[in-house]
Amino acid sequence: MRRLNVAALATGLAVCAAAPALADFDEVDELVINGEIEMTTRAEAPEHLNGVLPEIISGWRFRTDETQQLQMDDFDNPAMLAVDQATEVWNTALGSEGQSCASCHDDPAVSMEGVRAVYPKWDEEREQVQTLEMQINECVTERLGAEAWEYDGDRMIDMTALISTASRGMPVDVAIDGPAQSTWEQGREIYYTRYGQLELACANCHEDNWGNYIRADHLSQGQTNGFPVYRLRNARLNSTHQRFYGCIRDTRAETFPVGSPEFVALELYVASRGNGLSVEAPSVRN
Amino acid sequence: MKRITLALAVTGVAAGMASAQQVPPSVVQYDEYGDVSEPLTATAGDPVQGRLVMASRGQGNCIACHAVSDMEEFPFHGEVGPPLDGVGDRWSEASLRGIVANAKNVFPGTIMPAFYKVEGYVRPGDAFTGKAAEGDLDPLLTAQEIEDVVAYLMTLKEG
Ligand code: HEC
Ligand code: HEC
Repeated sequence: MRRLNVAALATGLAVCAAAPALADFDEVDELVINGEIEMTTRAEAPEHLNGVLPEIISGWRFRTDETQQLQMDDFDNPAMLAVDQATEVWNTALGSEGQSCASCHDDPAVSMEGVRAVYPKWDEEREQVQTLEMQINECVTERLGAEAWEYDGDRMIDMTALISTASRGMPVDVAIDGPAQSTWEQGREIYYTRYGQLELACANCHEDNWGNYIRADHLSQGQTNGFPVYRLRNARLNSTHQRFYGCIRDTRAETFPVGSPEFVALELYVASRGNGLSVEAPSVRN
Repeated sequence: MKRITLALAVTGVAAGMASAQQVPPSVVQYDEYGDVSEPLTATAGDPVQGRLVMASRGQGNCIACHAVSDMEEFPFHGEVGPPLDGVGDRWSEASLRGIVANAKNVFPGTIMPAFYKVEGYVRPGDAFTGKAAEGDLDPLLTAQEIEDVVAYLMTLKEG
Protein backbone atom coordinates (compact mmCIF):
# COMPACT_ATOMS: atom_id res chain seq x y z
CA MET A 1 0.00 0.00 0.00
CA ARG A 2 2.67 2.43 1.04
CA ARG A 3 4.93 2.20 -1.97
CA LEU A 4 1.94 2.15 -4.22
CA ASN A 5 0.54 5.38 -2.82
CA VAL A 6 3.80 7.16 -3.33
CA ALA A 7 4.09 5.91 -6.88
CA ALA A 8 0.52 6.92 -7.60
CA LEU A 9 1.02 10.37 -6.14
CA ALA A 10 4.28 10.84 -7.98
CA THR A 11 2.74 10.05 -11.33
CA GLY A 12 -0.32 12.09 -10.49
CA LEU A 13 -2.65 9.14 -10.85
CA ALA A 14 -5.63 8.59 -8.61
CA VAL A 15 -4.80 6.21 -5.80
CA CYS A 16 -6.09 2.76 -6.58
CA ALA A 17 -7.73 1.39 -3.46
CA ALA A 18 -8.16 -2.14 -4.81
CA ALA A 19 -4.42 -2.80 -5.00
CA PRO A 20 -3.29 -5.72 -2.84
CA ALA A 21 -1.22 -4.90 0.20
CA LEU A 22 2.48 -5.62 -0.07
CA ALA A 23 2.71 -8.89 1.77
CA ASP A 24 4.61 -8.59 5.00
CA PHE A 25 4.21 -11.69 7.08
CA ASP A 26 6.05 -14.87 7.95
CA GLU A 27 6.10 -16.90 4.75
CA VAL A 28 8.57 -19.46 6.01
CA ASP A 29 7.60 -21.07 9.30
CA GLU A 30 4.88 -23.67 9.58
CA LEU A 31 2.68 -24.15 12.60
CA VAL A 32 2.74 -27.67 13.98
CA ILE A 33 1.51 -28.14 17.52
CA ASN A 34 3.14 -30.65 19.86
CA GLY A 35 5.02 -31.91 16.84
CA GLU A 36 1.85 -33.54 15.51
CA ILE A 37 -1.12 -31.27 14.79
CA GLU A 38 -0.44 -29.58 11.44
CA MET A 39 -2.17 -26.25 11.04
CA THR A 40 -3.25 -24.61 7.83
CA THR A 41 -2.22 -20.98 8.37
CA ARG A 42 -2.51 -19.90 4.72
CA ALA A 43 -5.38 -20.92 2.51
CA GLU A 44 -7.26 -19.97 -0.59
CA ALA A 45 -9.64 -17.09 0.08
CA PRO A 46 -13.29 -18.17 0.28
CA GLU A 47 -15.31 -17.38 -2.82
CA HIS A 48 -17.67 -14.98 -1.06
CA LEU A 49 -14.74 -12.58 -0.54
CA ASN A 50 -14.74 -11.85 -4.26
CA GLY A 51 -11.01 -11.40 -4.44
CA VAL A 52 -10.61 -8.73 -1.74
CA LEU A 53 -7.85 -10.87 -0.18
CA PRO A 54 -5.33 -12.75 -2.36
CA GLU A 55 -5.27 -15.54 0.26
CA ILE A 56 -6.29 -15.89 3.87
CA ILE A 57 -3.60 -15.90 6.52
CA SER A 58 -3.74 -16.70 10.21
CA GLY A 59 -2.74 -14.03 12.72
CA TRP A 60 -0.03 -16.46 13.85
CA ARG A 61 2.05 -15.54 10.79
CA PHE A 62 2.11 -11.87 11.80
CA ARG A 63 3.66 -12.47 15.20
CA THR A 64 7.29 -12.63 16.25
CA ASP A 65 9.20 -15.91 16.45
CA GLU A 66 8.99 -15.85 20.25
CA THR A 67 5.22 -15.42 20.26
CA GLN A 68 4.79 -18.02 17.52
CA GLN A 69 6.81 -20.50 19.53
CA LEU A 70 4.59 -20.23 22.59
CA GLN A 71 1.78 -21.73 20.58
CA MET A 72 3.74 -24.66 19.22
CA ASP A 73 3.82 -26.74 22.37
CA ASP A 74 1.01 -27.10 24.88
CA PHE A 75 3.53 -27.02 27.72
CA ASP A 76 4.54 -23.51 26.65
CA ASN A 77 1.07 -22.28 25.74
CA PRO A 78 -0.16 -20.26 28.74
CA ALA A 79 -3.78 -20.78 27.64
CA MET A 80 -3.57 -24.44 28.56
CA LEU A 81 -4.01 -23.59 32.24
CA ALA A 82 -7.46 -22.30 31.37
CA VAL A 83 -8.19 -25.51 29.50
CA ASP A 84 -7.27 -27.50 32.62
CA GLN A 85 -9.57 -25.36 34.70
CA ALA A 86 -12.42 -25.83 32.24
CA THR A 87 -11.85 -29.58 32.28
CA GLU A 88 -12.53 -29.57 36.01
CA VAL A 89 -15.72 -27.59 35.52
CA TRP A 90 -16.70 -29.97 32.72
CA ASN A 91 -16.65 -32.87 35.15
CA THR A 92 -18.36 -31.08 38.06
CA ALA A 93 -22.09 -31.27 38.69
CA LEU A 94 -23.55 -27.75 38.76
CA GLY A 95 -27.06 -26.46 39.27
CA SER A 96 -30.37 -28.03 40.28
CA GLU A 97 -30.26 -31.11 38.05
CA GLY A 98 -27.14 -32.65 39.58
CA GLN A 99 -25.63 -32.90 36.12
CA SER A 100 -22.27 -31.96 34.69
CA CYS A 101 -21.28 -31.33 31.07
CA ALA A 102 -19.73 -34.81 31.19
CA SER A 103 -23.07 -36.39 32.12
CA CYS A 104 -24.32 -35.70 28.59
CA HIS A 105 -21.13 -35.26 26.59
CA ASP A 106 -18.66 -37.62 28.24
CA ASP A 107 -15.13 -36.99 26.91
CA PRO A 108 -14.91 -33.54 25.30
CA ALA A 109 -12.02 -34.63 23.07
CA VAL A 110 -14.47 -36.97 21.35
CA SER A 111 -17.90 -35.38 21.73
CA MET A 112 -16.76 -31.84 20.91
CA GLU A 113 -14.68 -32.71 17.87
CA GLY A 114 -15.50 -30.33 15.03
CA VAL A 115 -17.82 -28.13 17.10
CA ARG A 116 -15.68 -24.97 17.26
CA ALA A 117 -15.14 -25.13 13.49
CA VAL A 118 -18.81 -24.55 12.62
CA TYR A 119 -19.74 -21.87 15.18
CA PRO A 120 -21.48 -19.42 15.09
CA LYS A 121 -24.28 -21.45 13.54
CA TRP A 122 -28.02 -21.46 13.01
CA ASP A 123 -30.03 -22.97 15.85
CA GLU A 124 -33.22 -24.58 14.57
CA GLU A 125 -35.06 -24.48 17.85
CA ARG A 126 -34.25 -20.92 18.81
CA GLU A 127 -34.37 -19.74 15.22
CA GLN A 128 -31.29 -17.59 15.51
CA VAL A 129 -27.57 -17.73 14.89
CA GLN A 130 -25.87 -18.87 18.08
CA THR A 131 -22.29 -18.48 19.19
CA LEU A 132 -20.54 -21.17 21.19
CA GLU A 133 -21.08 -19.05 24.30
CA MET A 134 -24.83 -18.93 23.68
CA GLN A 135 -24.93 -22.70 23.18
CA ILE A 136 -22.95 -23.27 26.37
CA ASN A 137 -25.37 -21.08 28.29
CA GLU A 138 -28.28 -23.00 26.82
CA CYS A 139 -26.84 -26.16 28.39
CA VAL A 140 -25.93 -24.40 31.64
CA THR A 141 -29.43 -23.02 32.19
CA GLU A 142 -31.71 -25.62 30.59
CA ARG A 143 -29.85 -28.87 31.18
CA LEU A 144 -27.83 -28.24 34.33
CA GLY A 145 -30.42 -25.95 35.84
CA ALA A 146 -27.80 -23.38 36.81
CA GLU A 147 -27.60 -19.61 36.47
CA ALA A 148 -26.37 -18.40 33.09
CA TRP A 149 -22.64 -17.69 32.98
CA GLU A 150 -21.43 -14.21 32.27
CA TYR A 151 -20.91 -13.96 28.49
CA ASP A 152 -17.26 -13.05 28.72
CA GLY A 153 -16.49 -14.22 32.24
CA ASP A 154 -13.43 -16.40 32.79
CA ARG A 155 -15.48 -19.54 33.27
CA MET A 156 -17.12 -19.05 29.87
CA ILE A 157 -13.95 -18.18 27.98
CA ASP A 158 -12.11 -21.10 29.55
CA MET A 159 -14.88 -23.47 28.48
CA THR A 160 -14.76 -22.21 24.89
CA ALA A 161 -11.01 -22.84 24.96
CA LEU A 162 -11.51 -26.43 26.12
CA ILE A 163 -14.16 -27.09 23.47
CA SER A 164 -11.93 -25.52 20.80
CA THR A 165 -9.04 -27.88 21.53
CA ALA A 166 -11.17 -30.73 20.20
CA SER A 167 -11.22 -29.05 16.77
CA ARG A 168 -7.60 -27.98 16.50
CA GLY A 169 -6.31 -28.46 12.98
CA MET A 170 -9.78 -28.77 11.46
CA PRO A 171 -10.77 -26.12 8.91
CA VAL A 172 -13.09 -23.32 9.98
CA ASP A 173 -16.32 -24.00 8.11
CA VAL A 174 -19.19 -21.75 9.14
CA ALA A 175 -22.35 -21.76 7.04
CA ILE A 176 -23.32 -18.42 5.59
CA ASP A 177 -26.32 -19.37 3.47
CA GLY A 178 -29.80 -20.65 4.28
CA PRO A 179 -31.32 -19.26 7.46
CA ALA A 180 -27.98 -17.75 8.58
CA GLN A 181 -27.68 -15.54 5.52
CA SER A 182 -29.39 -12.41 6.81
CA THR A 183 -27.29 -12.47 9.99
CA TRP A 184 -24.17 -12.91 7.88
CA GLU A 185 -25.18 -9.93 5.74
CA GLN A 186 -25.70 -7.83 8.85
CA GLY A 187 -22.21 -8.78 9.98
CA ARG A 188 -20.74 -7.83 6.62
CA GLU A 189 -22.42 -4.45 6.82
CA ILE A 190 -20.84 -3.84 10.24
CA TYR A 191 -17.44 -4.96 8.92
CA TYR A 192 -17.47 -2.26 6.27
CA THR A 193 -18.96 0.56 8.37
CA ARG A 194 -16.54 3.33 9.33
CA TYR A 195 -17.22 3.87 13.01
CA GLY A 196 -16.21 6.55 15.44
CA GLN A 197 -14.41 9.83 15.25
CA LEU A 198 -11.51 8.16 13.45
CA GLU A 199 -13.98 6.80 10.86
CA LEU A 200 -12.35 3.40 10.57
CA ALA A 201 -13.98 0.17 9.47
CA CYS A 202 -12.60 -3.29 10.18
CA ALA A 203 -11.82 -3.42 6.46
CA ASN A 204 -9.65 -0.28 6.58
CA CYS A 205 -7.18 -2.04 8.84
CA HIS A 206 -7.59 -5.76 8.20
CA GLU A 207 -8.46 -5.81 4.49
CA ASP A 208 -6.68 -2.75 3.08
CA ASN A 209 -3.65 -2.67 5.37
CA TRP A 210 -2.86 -6.17 6.63
CA GLY A 211 0.89 -6.68 6.67
CA ASN A 212 1.50 -2.99 7.41
CA TYR A 213 2.58 -1.55 10.71
CA ILE A 214 0.23 0.85 12.44
CA ARG A 215 2.61 2.34 14.96
CA ALA A 216 3.97 -0.64 16.96
CA ASP A 217 1.25 -3.05 15.84
CA HIS A 218 1.70 -5.35 12.88
CA LEU A 219 -1.72 -5.58 11.24
CA SER A 220 -2.99 -9.06 10.52
CA GLN A 221 -6.13 -9.94 8.60
CA GLY A 222 -8.06 -9.95 11.87
CA GLN A 223 -8.99 -13.62 11.54
CA THR A 224 -10.83 -15.33 14.40
CA ASN A 225 -9.60 -18.91 13.91
CA GLY A 226 -7.34 -18.58 16.97
CA PHE A 227 -10.04 -17.49 19.43
CA PRO A 228 -10.14 -17.52 22.35
CA VAL A 229 -6.65 -15.99 22.23
CA TYR A 230 -4.15 -15.74 25.06
CA ARG A 231 -2.77 -12.20 24.75
CA LEU A 232 0.62 -11.48 26.22
CA ARG A 233 -0.41 -7.85 26.59
CA ASN A 234 -3.06 -8.55 29.23
CA ALA A 235 -1.83 -12.04 30.19
CA ARG A 236 -5.22 -13.71 29.91
CA LEU A 237 -7.56 -15.43 27.50
CA ASN A 238 -9.59 -13.03 25.37
CA SER A 239 -12.84 -13.78 23.58
CA THR A 240 -13.73 -12.76 20.04
CA HIS A 241 -16.19 -10.17 21.27
CA GLN A 242 -13.63 -8.63 23.61
CA ARG A 243 -11.31 -8.21 20.64
CA PHE A 244 -14.10 -6.65 18.54
CA TYR A 245 -14.90 -4.33 21.45
CA GLY A 246 -11.27 -3.20 21.66
CA CYS A 247 -10.89 -2.64 17.94
CA ILE A 248 -14.07 -0.53 17.72
CA ARG A 249 -13.20 1.39 20.89
CA ASP A 250 -9.88 2.28 19.28
CA THR A 251 -11.72 4.10 16.51
CA ARG A 252 -13.12 6.48 19.14
CA ALA A 253 -16.55 4.95 18.69
CA GLU A 254 -19.35 3.79 20.93
CA THR A 255 -18.91 0.03 20.63
CA PHE A 256 -21.56 -2.66 20.71
CA PRO A 257 -21.78 -4.70 23.91
CA VAL A 258 -20.12 -8.10 24.23
CA GLY A 259 -22.77 -10.73 23.43
CA SER A 260 -24.94 -8.26 21.49
CA PRO A 261 -26.78 -9.34 18.32
CA GLU A 262 -24.48 -7.03 16.35
CA PHE A 263 -21.37 -8.80 17.60
CA VAL A 264 -22.93 -12.22 17.02
CA ALA A 265 -23.53 -11.22 13.40
CA LEU A 266 -20.04 -9.76 13.10
CA GLU A 267 -18.56 -12.92 14.58
CA LEU A 268 -20.31 -15.06 11.97
CA TYR A 269 -19.14 -12.79 9.17
CA VAL A 270 -15.52 -12.55 10.34
CA ALA A 271 -15.40 -16.33 10.95
CA SER A 272 -16.57 -16.87 7.37
CA ARG A 273 -13.64 -14.80 6.08
CA GLY A 274 -11.45 -17.47 7.66
CA ASN A 275 -13.27 -20.51 6.24
CA GLY A 276 -10.43 -22.87 5.36
CA LEU A 277 -7.91 -21.83 8.03
CA SER A 278 -7.36 -24.31 10.84
CA VAL A 279 -8.99 -23.84 14.21
CA GLU A 280 -5.99 -22.85 16.33
CA ALA A 281 -7.69 -22.02 19.57
CA PRO A 282 -6.52 -21.40 22.15
CA SER A 283 -3.79 -19.47 20.36
CA VAL A 284 -1.17 -16.99 21.57
CA ARG A 285 -0.87 -13.42 20.32
CA ASN A 286 0.62 -10.21 21.65
CA MET B 1 -20.42 32.10 44.68
CA LYS B 2 -18.24 35.07 43.97
CA ARG B 3 -15.35 32.94 42.82
CA ILE B 4 -17.54 30.87 40.52
CA THR B 5 -18.99 33.93 38.86
CA LEU B 6 -15.52 35.26 38.39
CA ALA B 7 -14.35 32.01 36.83
CA LEU B 8 -17.32 32.00 34.48
CA ALA B 9 -16.64 35.55 33.51
CA VAL B 10 -13.04 34.73 32.74
CA THR B 11 -13.81 31.64 30.63
CA GLY B 12 -16.53 33.62 28.91
CA VAL B 13 -14.02 36.20 27.88
CA ALA B 14 -11.53 33.57 26.83
CA ALA B 15 -14.12 31.72 24.73
CA GLY B 16 -15.22 34.97 23.14
CA MET B 17 -11.68 35.83 22.23
CA ALA B 18 -11.02 32.37 20.91
CA SER B 19 -14.00 32.36 18.61
CA ALA B 20 -13.07 35.77 17.30
CA GLN B 21 -9.67 34.41 16.32
CA GLN B 22 -10.52 30.86 15.25
CA VAL B 23 -12.40 29.39 12.36
CA PRO B 24 -14.72 26.72 13.85
CA PRO B 25 -14.76 23.34 12.04
CA SER B 26 -18.20 23.85 10.51
CA VAL B 27 -17.27 27.00 8.59
CA VAL B 28 -13.81 26.12 7.26
CA GLN B 29 -13.65 27.06 3.58
CA TYR B 30 -12.41 24.17 1.41
CA ASP B 31 -11.88 24.87 -2.28
CA GLU B 32 -12.67 22.36 -5.01
CA TYR B 33 -9.36 20.52 -4.40
CA GLY B 34 -9.86 20.38 -0.64
CA ASP B 35 -7.32 23.16 0.00
CA VAL B 36 -7.82 25.64 2.85
CA SER B 37 -6.02 28.88 2.10
CA GLU B 38 -7.05 30.90 5.18
CA PRO B 39 -5.21 30.02 8.43
CA LEU B 40 -7.55 28.70 11.13
CA THR B 41 -6.13 31.02 13.79
CA ALA B 42 -4.58 34.47 13.99
CA THR B 43 -1.46 33.07 15.65
CA ALA B 44 1.10 31.73 13.19
CA GLY B 45 1.79 27.99 13.49
CA ASP B 46 4.75 26.88 15.58
CA PRO B 47 6.67 24.02 13.89
CA VAL B 48 8.29 22.89 17.15
CA GLN B 49 4.87 22.39 18.73
CA GLY B 50 3.55 20.81 15.54
CA ARG B 51 6.23 18.17 15.61
CA LEU B 52 5.21 17.23 19.16
CA VAL B 53 1.53 17.12 18.23
CA MET B 54 2.39 14.70 15.42
CA ALA B 55 4.27 12.38 17.77
CA SER B 56 1.80 12.39 20.66
CA ARG B 57 -0.55 9.42 20.82
CA GLY B 58 -3.19 11.55 22.48
CA GLN B 59 -3.06 14.24 19.79
CA GLY B 60 -2.16 13.76 16.14
CA ASN B 61 -0.48 10.37 16.45
CA CYS B 62 0.40 10.90 12.80
CA ILE B 63 3.38 8.56 13.01
CA ALA B 64 0.97 5.72 13.77
CA CYS B 65 0.49 5.71 10.01
CA HIS B 66 3.34 7.82 8.56
CA ALA B 67 7.11 7.59 8.75
CA VAL B 68 9.04 10.86 9.14
CA SER B 69 12.87 10.72 9.04
CA ASP B 70 13.13 13.94 11.04
CA MET B 71 11.16 12.36 13.90
CA GLU B 72 13.37 9.35 14.44
CA GLU B 73 13.67 9.79 18.21
CA PHE B 74 10.00 8.84 18.52
CA PRO B 75 9.65 5.06 18.20
CA PHE B 76 7.46 3.03 15.84
CA HIS B 77 6.54 4.79 12.63
CA GLY B 78 3.65 3.25 10.70
CA GLU B 79 3.37 2.12 7.09
CA VAL B 80 -0.31 2.77 6.48
CA GLY B 81 0.23 6.19 4.88
CA PRO B 82 3.08 7.46 2.68
CA PRO B 83 6.27 8.73 4.35
CA LEU B 84 6.02 12.46 4.91
CA ASP B 85 9.60 13.34 3.99
CA GLY B 86 9.46 16.10 1.41
CA VAL B 87 5.75 16.92 1.79
CA GLY B 88 6.72 20.59 2.08
CA ASP B 89 7.94 20.36 -1.53
CA ARG B 90 5.04 18.31 -2.82
CA TRP B 91 2.19 20.38 -1.40
CA SER B 92 1.35 24.02 -0.77
CA GLU B 93 0.55 25.25 2.70
CA ALA B 94 -3.13 25.52 1.75
CA SER B 95 -3.17 21.90 0.57
CA LEU B 96 -1.47 20.65 3.72
CA ARG B 97 -3.97 22.55 5.85
CA GLY B 98 -6.78 20.95 3.88
CA ILE B 99 -5.24 17.47 4.16
CA VAL B 100 -4.78 17.68 7.91
CA ALA B 101 -8.16 19.31 8.53
CA ASN B 102 -10.10 16.83 6.38
CA ALA B 103 -8.06 14.55 4.12
CA LYS B 104 -11.26 13.04 2.73
CA ASN B 105 -11.71 16.08 0.51
CA VAL B 106 -8.29 15.56 -1.08
CA PHE B 107 -8.17 11.75 -1.10
CA PRO B 108 -11.75 10.45 -1.37
CA GLY B 109 -12.34 7.42 0.85
CA THR B 110 -8.93 7.68 2.51
CA ILE B 111 -8.25 5.87 5.79
CA MET B 112 -6.69 9.10 7.13
CA PRO B 113 -8.92 10.60 9.84
CA ALA B 114 -10.29 14.14 9.55
CA PHE B 115 -8.63 16.11 12.32
CA TYR B 116 -10.82 19.20 12.19
CA LYS B 117 -14.36 17.96 11.92
CA VAL B 118 -17.11 17.49 14.52
CA GLU B 119 -20.08 16.06 12.64
CA GLY B 120 -21.16 13.21 10.43
CA TYR B 121 -19.78 10.31 12.46
CA VAL B 122 -21.30 6.85 12.93
CA ARG B 123 -21.57 6.00 16.66
CA PRO B 124 -19.07 8.60 17.84
CA GLY B 125 -17.55 7.69 21.18
CA ASP B 126 -16.39 9.55 24.25
CA ALA B 127 -12.68 9.49 23.33
CA PHE B 128 -11.34 5.93 23.78
CA THR B 129 -13.79 4.77 26.47
CA GLY B 130 -16.04 2.76 24.14
CA LYS B 131 -19.00 4.75 25.53
CA ALA B 132 -21.22 7.07 23.53
CA ALA B 133 -20.08 10.66 23.18
CA GLU B 134 -22.08 13.12 25.22
CA GLY B 135 -22.72 16.65 24.05
CA ASP B 136 -20.79 18.32 21.29
CA LEU B 137 -17.65 16.69 19.97
CA ASP B 138 -14.32 18.44 19.95
CA PRO B 139 -12.28 18.08 16.78
CA LEU B 140 -9.34 15.67 17.10
CA LEU B 141 -6.97 18.66 17.00
CA THR B 142 -7.57 22.28 17.93
CA ALA B 143 -7.29 25.02 15.34
CA GLN B 144 -3.93 26.04 16.75
CA GLU B 145 -2.65 22.45 16.72
CA ILE B 146 -3.61 22.19 13.05
CA GLU B 147 -1.68 25.38 12.30
CA ASP B 148 1.31 24.07 14.26
CA VAL B 149 1.27 20.76 12.37
CA VAL B 150 1.00 22.54 9.02
CA ALA B 151 3.92 24.79 9.96
CA TYR B 152 5.99 21.71 10.77
CA LEU B 153 5.00 19.88 7.58
CA MET B 154 6.14 22.95 5.59
CA THR B 155 9.63 22.42 7.01
CA LEU B 156 9.81 18.87 5.57
CA LYS B 157 11.68 19.76 2.37
CA GLU B 158 14.18 17.63 0.54
CA GLY B 159 15.24 19.90 -2.30
C1 HEC C 1 -7.26 1.10 13.58
C2 HEC C 1 -7.04 -0.22 13.12
C3 HEC C 1 -8.02 -1.33 13.41
C4 HEC C 1 -9.36 -1.39 13.16
C5 HEC C 1 -10.26 -0.32 12.56
C6 HEC C 1 -9.80 -2.71 13.56
N1 HEC C 1 -8.75 -3.42 14.06
FE1 HEC C 1 -8.75 -5.40 14.58
N2 HEC C 1 -6.81 -5.24 15.14
C7 HEC C 1 -6.01 -4.11 15.03
C8 HEC C 1 -4.70 -4.39 15.56
C9 HEC C 1 -3.53 -3.40 15.61
C10 HEC C 1 -4.71 -5.73 16.00
C11 HEC C 1 -3.56 -6.53 16.63
C12 HEC C 1 -2.65 -7.04 15.54
C13 HEC C 1 -3.40 -7.93 14.59
O1 HEC C 1 -3.62 -9.12 14.86
O2 HEC C 1 -3.82 -7.43 13.52
C14 HEC C 1 -6.05 -6.24 15.70
C15 HEC C 1 -6.46 -7.56 15.94
C16 HEC C 1 -7.69 -8.08 15.58
C17 HEC C 1 -8.05 -9.47 15.74
C18 HEC C 1 -7.18 -10.56 16.33
C19 HEC C 1 -6.49 -11.38 15.28
C20 HEC C 1 -5.65 -12.48 15.88
O3 HEC C 1 -5.14 -13.31 15.12
O4 HEC C 1 -5.49 -12.54 17.10
C21 HEC C 1 -9.33 -9.59 15.27
C22 HEC C 1 -10.17 -10.85 15.24
C23 HEC C 1 -9.75 -8.27 14.82
N3 HEC C 1 -8.72 -7.39 15.02
C24 HEC C 1 -10.98 -7.98 14.27
C25 HEC C 1 -11.42 -6.68 13.97
C26 HEC C 1 -12.78 -6.36 13.59
C27 HEC C 1 -13.89 -7.36 13.42
C28 HEC C 1 -12.82 -5.00 13.43
C29 HEC C 1 -14.01 -4.11 13.18
C30 HEC C 1 -15.10 -4.24 14.07
C31 HEC C 1 -11.49 -4.50 13.63
N4 HEC C 1 -10.67 -5.54 13.99
C32 HEC C 1 -11.11 -3.17 13.47
C33 HEC C 1 -6.38 -2.90 14.47
C34 HEC C 1 -7.65 -2.60 14.01
C1 HEC D 1 -4.96 5.99 9.96
C2 HEC D 1 -3.89 6.42 9.10
C3 HEC D 1 -3.43 7.86 9.03
C4 HEC D 1 -3.24 8.78 10.05
C5 HEC D 1 -3.49 8.60 11.55
C6 HEC D 1 -2.74 9.97 9.43
N1 HEC D 1 -2.63 9.79 8.08
FE1 HEC D 1 -1.90 11.15 6.72
N2 HEC D 1 -2.32 9.85 5.17
C7 HEC D 1 -2.74 8.55 5.32
C8 HEC D 1 -2.84 7.95 4.01
C9 HEC D 1 -3.26 6.49 3.72
C10 HEC D 1 -2.45 8.93 3.07
C11 HEC D 1 -2.38 8.83 1.54
C12 HEC D 1 -3.65 9.27 0.92
C13 HEC D 1 -4.47 8.06 0.58
O1 HEC D 1 -4.03 7.30 -0.30
O2 HEC D 1 -5.49 7.83 1.20
C14 HEC D 1 -2.12 10.12 3.85
C15 HEC D 1 -1.64 11.30 3.28
C16 HEC D 1 -1.09 12.35 3.99
C17 HEC D 1 -0.40 13.47 3.41
C18 HEC D 1 -0.02 13.64 1.94
C19 HEC D 1 1.27 12.84 1.80
C20 HEC D 1 2.04 12.91 0.50
O3 HEC D 1 3.08 12.26 0.42
O4 HEC D 1 1.63 13.55 -0.44
C21 HEC D 1 -0.04 14.29 4.46
C22 HEC D 1 0.73 15.59 4.37
C23 HEC D 1 -0.51 13.66 5.68
N3 HEC D 1 -1.15 12.48 5.36
C24 HEC D 1 -0.32 14.18 6.95
C25 HEC D 1 -0.80 13.61 8.14
C26 HEC D 1 -0.73 14.24 9.43
C27 HEC D 1 -0.06 15.56 9.71
C28 HEC D 1 -1.36 13.42 10.31
C29 HEC D 1 -1.67 13.62 11.78
C30 HEC D 1 -2.13 14.88 12.22
C31 HEC D 1 -1.78 12.25 9.57
N4 HEC D 1 -1.43 12.40 8.26
C32 HEC D 1 -2.42 11.13 10.13
C33 HEC D 1 -3.05 7.90 6.53
C34 HEC D 1 -3.03 8.51 7.79
